Amino acid sequence: MSGHESTYEPKLGITKWLDSRLPIVRLAHDSFVDFPTPKNLNYWYTFGGILAVCLAIQIITGVVLAMHYTATVDEAFGSVERIMRDVPFGWLIRNIHMVGASMFILAVYVHMFRGLYYGSYKAPREVLWLLGCVIFLLMMATAFLGYMLPWGQMSLHGANVIINLFGAIPLVGESIQSWLMGGPSVGNQTLQRFFSLHYLLPFMIAGVVILHIWALHVPGNNNPTGKEVQDVEKDTVPFHPYYTVKDGFAIVVFLIIFAAFVFYAPNVLGHADNYVEANPLVTPAHIVPEWYLLPFYAILRAITFNIGPIEAKLLGVIFMFGSIAVLFLLPWLDTSKVKSMRYRPVAKQFFLGFVVACLLLSWCGAENPDNPIIKMGDDKLVVTYTDAAGLEGSRVFEEYAPASQFRDETAAAGGTASLGIQVAPAFRFLHLSQLMTLYYFAYFLIILPFLGLRERPKGEPDSIHHSILGNDAPAAAPAE
Amino acid sequence: MNLLRPLFAGLGALALTLAADAAGGAKKAEAPEGGWSFAKVPAGQLDKESLQRGFQVYKEVCAACHGMELLSYRNLGEKGGPFYSDEYPNANDNPLVKAIAAEYEILDAAPDEFGDPVYRPAVPADTFRSPYPNDQAARAANGGALPPDLSVITKARGKGAEGDGATYVYALMKGYPDPDKIKSTTDAEGNPVNYLEFDKDYTVGTLTQPLGVYYNPYFAGDTTPQWEGDPRHKPYGGFIAMPPQLPADRVEYMDGTEATTAQMAYDVAMFLHWAGDPKQTQRKSLALPVMLYLVFLSILLWFSYKRIWRNVAH
Repeated sequence: MSGHESTYEPKLGITKWLDSRLPIVRLAHDSFVDFPTPKNLNYWYTFGGILAVCLAIQIITGVVLAMHYTATVDEAFGSVERIMRDVPFGWLIRNIHMVGASMFILAVYVHMFRGLYYGSYKAPREVLWLLGCVIFLLMMATAFLGYMLPWGQMSLHGANVIINLFGAIPLVGESIQSWLMGGPSVGNQTLQRFFSLHYLLPFMIAGVVILHIWALHVPGNNNPTGKEVQDVEKDTVPFHPYYTVKDGFAIVVFLIIFAAFVFYAPNVLGHADNYVEANPLVTPAHIVPEWYLLPFYAILRAITFNIGPIEAKLLGVIFMFGSIAVLFLLPWLDTSKVKSMRYRPVAKQFFLGFVVACLLLSWCGAENPDNPIIKMGDDKLVVTYTDAAGLEGSRVFEEYAPASQFRDETAAAGGTASLGIQVAPAFRFLHLSQLMTLYYFAYFLIILPFLGLRERPKGEPDSIHHSILGNDAPAAAPAE
Repeated sequence: MNLLRPLFAGLGALALTLAADAAGGAKKAEAPEGGWSFAKVPAGQLDKESLQRGFQVYKEVCAACHGMELLSYRNLGEKGGPFYSDEYPNANDNPLVKAIAAEYEILDAAPDEFGDPVYRPAVPADTFRSPYPNDQAARAANGGALPPDLSVITKARGKGAEGDGATYVYALMKGYPDPDKIKSTTDAEGNPVNYLEFDKDYTVGTLTQPLGVYYNPYFAGDTTPQWEGDPRHKPYGGFIAMPPQLPADRVEYMDGTEATTAQMAYDVAMFLHWAGDPKQTQRKSLALPVMLYLVFLSILLWFSYKRIWRNVAH
């Protein structure tokens, strides 16, 4: 925290020597040992540490995988399998990297929802939040690039879908598309540049993470009360050992879940089609992205209508990117002076709705948009016919027997007839995804800006130590 | 319970993935009764005898059309494989594996001193010989259909849970309708027509089986164009170019096991499951120690946390 004096005292000759030249040990000491941290952080605040561990795991396993991987369309699929089969512990390294991508993004989602709930994006932490959004974007890009590398069916056709999105941009779309692909279609040159970028981006993430931690250490941690630290003695404890042990415990619990996937269900978070080698001539029946991109995919597909001169395809792309862009504006959209939703009884309900909307969007992204959720009535049979006199018409039936009888009679009388299904009206995944997309944007653009002006906060404590000990408590005992 | 929250989040992600299904109208495959031995938690293992029988089925039946280009003969004698033996930790020395490899004549990668191609018996280090020189030859020999490579077929089917792919292979191989139920007639021009009659629940009608393909309820596809009956209740599945392969006694098992269709389907599914992930034995043996270590470490950290924070209200 800025303004707090360094307590580092070098004891050895070498550390004294180093401290007067490059005070890096002092920096580490002030940042991760004697850093004053609010006493009241709950387990939702351990995901920062968990994410640091995830990044390290991904980089270490990724560097080893890159030693054995071959980025050509003929050999990529086989080389990933050879890693699993012939490299010592290659199966473990590859499973960790593959499951690790999912766990990393799972953790980042929890971390972001925590930030949304406790108002961690508000002054004085706007830059911290923006840097986090940049990290999130880089992670999405890295995950997408990495999913391409095993060169399975979903790698190729998923990449095609995403790259085609850029084609919807007016004027420059096609140029961007061929620039991304490095040619007229997704091929060897695309795979090689994706591999190169997949190796580059994690180090950019690591760089932004350093800025993110720096931006955290200037104002200090937010906390569940949303109150800033007023009294370092009463409100905070040093990061070490208090939070190293608490984060350490949470990290190990997280690793238990991680290991359960790695050892018992390494493929369950992926798609089976990605174990079919990529073939540009065969398109999978149902292209779905990885689970963590499903909400955005659902938003993309929810837009099936034009608005004015903007066509549905472009509009879908605008909404999809808009759903992330709106996060960058959040610090200025939320007008409430109270940070934590603990003390915002109405906002809390809307936040819960927002989490549900995101989960439902994921569900919609995984399903065919035309599939019904709630059917209104039964499907009926319809016979469309042209009778002997050349008259066209159609008749609807409930049962198969009379329908087929009518069809056969019409045909026998010299006409033509065919039998089909008249699908009953239903509330479909498309409708759900449209409703949830509406809520997603309304939450940021309408609810948060206006609610902040009207809502009456409830029960906000005066300070962190008051919230721990109660507002009526006598003077708080200082931390040890 | 704060502790359980990350766990619930993980389970939520899992549930979402499970919802992502794309099975194209096929019937849901059911695992054999009692489940797969290798899918048991915490330390399921493959059934070695079944693996050996499954290799026999692959070798005598499947290998005629399906390659396994990611496998080498040595894999058969490696730890967890069907012919692993403690006496030969290096599979290349295993006489059984050597003998299996030597049955196949392959084209050596290097030509002889005159530049002519060299054909020689395979050694354990060689990859499985493919039945066809290329995809075009494979299609030409199979009525235009390409028999897929079986190296990772069990990972390429199902939803990614342990045993999903094996369950698919098992259900598909024994899922063909009873040959007695396929009736034949001739159409107006005298061409033979094969058909199946359905009379179960709402699925009542006749399914015509086009020549050269075979109905299988577990194969993803669409039966609508061939279905004479209520289109709202068409039969599951689709038409596969592979004829039924495992009638009873198709192979004579060396260990004397009775070669029923279900037994052969079970064994070959077990073998293909091993082939898709030959290092799974190591994975499953390492699983329990890792989990126990992490649980133990988390308990230690929990008590450390309690002790360090004991005098701090928070």
